[in-house]
Amino acid sequence: MSAPMMVRNSITTRIENAAVAFILSLFFLTFPSLGPAHASTEIQEVRSEGGITAWLVEDYTVPIVALRFMFEGGSTQDPEGKEGLANLMTGLFDEGAGELDSEAFQLALDDAAAEMGFSAGRDAISGSMRTLAETRPEAFGLLRLALTRPNFDQAPIDRIRAQIVAGIHARSRDPETAAQIAFAKAVYGDHPYARQSEGTPETLATVTSDDLRRLHSRLFARDNLIVGVVGAIDAETLKAELDRLFGDLPENADLVSVADVEPKLDQTVRIDYPLPQTSLQLAYKGIARDDPDFFPALLMNHVLGGGSFTSRLFEEVREKRGLAYGIGSGLSNSRHADALVMGTATNADRAAETLDVIREVVAMMAEEGPTEAELDAAKRYLLGAYAINNLASSGAIANTLVGLQFESLGLDYIQRRPALINAVTREEAARQARELLSGEPAVLMIGPGAEDGE
Amino acid sequence: MPFSTAFTQRLLATMMVAAALLAFMSVARADNGVTTFELDNGLQVIVIPDHRAPVVTHMIWYKVGSADETPGGSGIAHFLEHLMFKGTEKHAAGEFSAVIAEIGGNENAFTSQDYTAYFQQVGPDALPTMMEFEADRMRGLILTDEVVAPERDVVIEERRARIETSPGALLSEEVEATLFQNHPYRYPVIGWMHEIRELDREKALAFYDLHYAPNNAILVVAGDVEPEQVRALAEKTYGQVPRGPDLPQRTRPREPHQDTNRTVTLRDPRVSLPSLQRSWVVPSYTSAEEGEAEALDLLAEILGGGVRSRLYQQLVVKDGIAASAGAGYRATALDDSSFSVYGAPRGDADLETVEKAIETEIALIAEKGVSEDELRRARNRFLRSMIFARDSQSGMARIYGSLLATGLAVEDIDAWPDRVRAVTAEDVRNAARRYLASSAYVTGYLLPDEGVIQ
Repeated sequence: MSAPMMVRNSITTRIENAAVAFILSLFFLTFPSLGPAHASTEIQEVRSEGGITAWLVEDYTVPIVALRFMFEGGSTQDPEGKEGLANLMTGLFDEGAGELDSEAFQLALDDAAAEMGFSAGRDAISGSMRTLAETRPEAFGLLRLALTRPNFDQAPIDRIRAQIVAGIHARSRDPETAAQIAFAKAVYGDHPYARQSEGTPETLATVTSDDLRRLHSRLFARDNLIVGVVGAIDAETLKAELDRLFGDLPENADLVSVADVEPKLDQTVRIDYPLPQTSLQLAYKGIARDDPDFFPALLMNHVLGGGSFTSRLFEEVREKRGLAYGIGSGLSNSRHADALVMGTATNADRAAETLDVIREVVAMMAEEGPTEAELDAAKRYLLGAYAINNLASSGAIANTLVGLQFESLGLDYIQRRPALINAVTREEAARQARELLSGEPAVLMIGPGAEDGE
Repeated sequence: MPFSTAFTQRLLATMMVAAALLAFMSVARADNGVTTFELDNGLQVIVIPDHRAPVVTHMIWYKVGSADETPGGSGIAHFLEHLMFKGTEKHAAGEFSAVIAEIGGNENAFTSQDYTAYFQQVGPDALPTMMEFEADRMRGLILTDEVVAPERDVVIEERRARIETSPGALLSEEVEATLFQNHPYRYPVIGWMHEIRELDREKALAFYDLHYAPNNAILVVAGDVEPEQVRALAEKTYGQVPRGPDLPQRTRPREPHQDTNRTVTLRDPRVSLPSLQRSWVVPSYTSAEEGEAEALDLLAEILGGGVRSRLYQQLVVKDGIAASAGAGYRATALDDSSFSVYGAPRGDADLETVEKAIETEIALIAEKGVSEDELRRARNRFLRSMIFARDSQSGMARIYGSLLATGLAVEDIDAWPDRVRAVTAEDVRNAARRYLASSAYVTGYLLPDEGVIQ
């Protein structure tokens, strides 16, 4: 049912707790937790003759190559009235490029044993390719065409646009969708983050191939490009490939600046709908990724609701009371906004009770912070989870390489990180609990009788 | 506790079977170093070395699923899966999860129609501990009413969250219940709500005592480990669990000959874009004559696997009448399973037009077969998916676990590439003729409910 670009999405921010997954349409969770490095994951910084930089992990165990890249500037770059442009564009890169039309391009990709994907986030356009080592030259040749000479032919534009519109139409009576749209508006006001990144039927109708070309030339450049590569390729070969792939792109991107935004908290959005469950989402104050107190906040959140089966929220809401199947919290960080978010879904009759339990758990954390023992356990989790969450496949490693660069964390970050975590004291974590959790949250309730109050 | 992956896949069957299939059939042949042996107590062990990261995936698969439940007691296999986290004589509830969390590990479990599996992903040093805990709960589970009651509430919320809040999931559940007239694949894995409410401690323990034993289980260890280490550890842990009584053959009621086509219609006010799915009962890899499942697999790929498939190219691209269209084959099952097609209209086209167009494409394949070029491309995609699959240790563990738990042998997995190569265009046409030209099918319609005002 979904338009192909949704299926082809290839770069996602890792979610450590599945329960909060559904909040991600509004907030980006923090970049995956990174822990101690493994000796074999040696990251090389490769710089091509043309000045393009990539991070590389060379590995010949499986004869494949995984490439990930990111162009800063995502759907927030959609011009006013053309919302959905970036998302539409990402559906068109395998629909014809250079001399190849849609069919010829897709058949050539298949012959080159290549999987290619693009997606538009709010802050960046992401792309990926996975291919066999032996067909890598052909596969990268096609990626180069897609990146530098996309055709944006009218027929594929009309088709992909119609699929996106059908998807929007398909969700138009879904109360969850309506609620997410309402909540985004309430929290972000007139900031671009309040917009729907897929656009609306009205804004999509105005999009022309010239709009797509203009956005492509603004966003696809060398100075806002990040690249991560993993697999059966050496640094010298990669250098040449980098120039071949990206060398023809303009040097500078032309991005409109986007303001930072403080999410508007202390409000409740209620959507009354006769559903079998009430879904609850809460947004509290967040913390910037580059704030020196980020790790105290991350550890505190882990104790509160970040652990899959071990957090305070999990214990009180699910284990002790059986109020919900999924419950969790996470730090959400995007370029221009931060928040601490929580989510669950519960029996409608017990929604008020569930909300009370959550607020009690939050209040206690705000007052006292985590215990020493909880903090120690959270530290051990975050230290140990790195290899599992970040090195489990070539694609996961490539994502990590791109994410580290996107957050400007540095080539040695993985080595520095354990010390950053170990240095956090209980007092620092407790201070972050007070700082983030003392205020009133923004609350979204969707369910039967939600408008009657709590 | 767990978010039941296999279960989710089943719900999304029509969308995901093709993708899942590529993943789970992608196996061996290549020199992958997979080792298999059996302990004296009947536990089958598979070791899949992968030394790229300091991570191991430890999985135990029980050859029991929802299709092995007693009529009237649906949901017990899945409920027991939740209760397996509630502690043993040796280890209190939560202890195992806390140990995993403290080393940054991941854990979960899932239940399908044919198997139930538990897994942890941890550093190699923790493997002995994981094996000790997992072997301990194979026979040592202790349940009290105090923990059973809230967990039943959790499962009730899970059913609401997965099924009852989703019109599409409700429809799929009832399509299955209609497609299978006698075989227990007609019962939902999570169970019917009224029967979940009746589940209790005694029923869970009776099911546990009957099915959880080393001679009904498969241990799969993938990752940074050697077969000899695993053998020694397995003998020390699982090897101490006594063999259970011989289990009866897994003979379930078989489907009668089906003569009718049936329709299942769900109207819901949340639906705005109508859609349809149609399913036939077909053999699985386990129940098929040699070569037939491979032919069905390739048929699904050529007819409806991705953007180069016939359904997508004709309905979405050329005719421009569909927002989506595709096909899927549930390949991994102990008994006869299902083949499905699906589609949704776009623009001015209506659902009936889409349905007719799908029927036309099926008739065309049944009459004229597929081209050599189509077959070559589909075959190559299957074969290279084996190489891509080796990039994920947990993916490989799941491939072996799910196939062995549904009655295949390691030799079958090894022989799969050659069997795929042996499939001819004639075989694919015959599969279409034999199974899809039949008028014994179930069509599910998901329709807007125009009569209800929100």
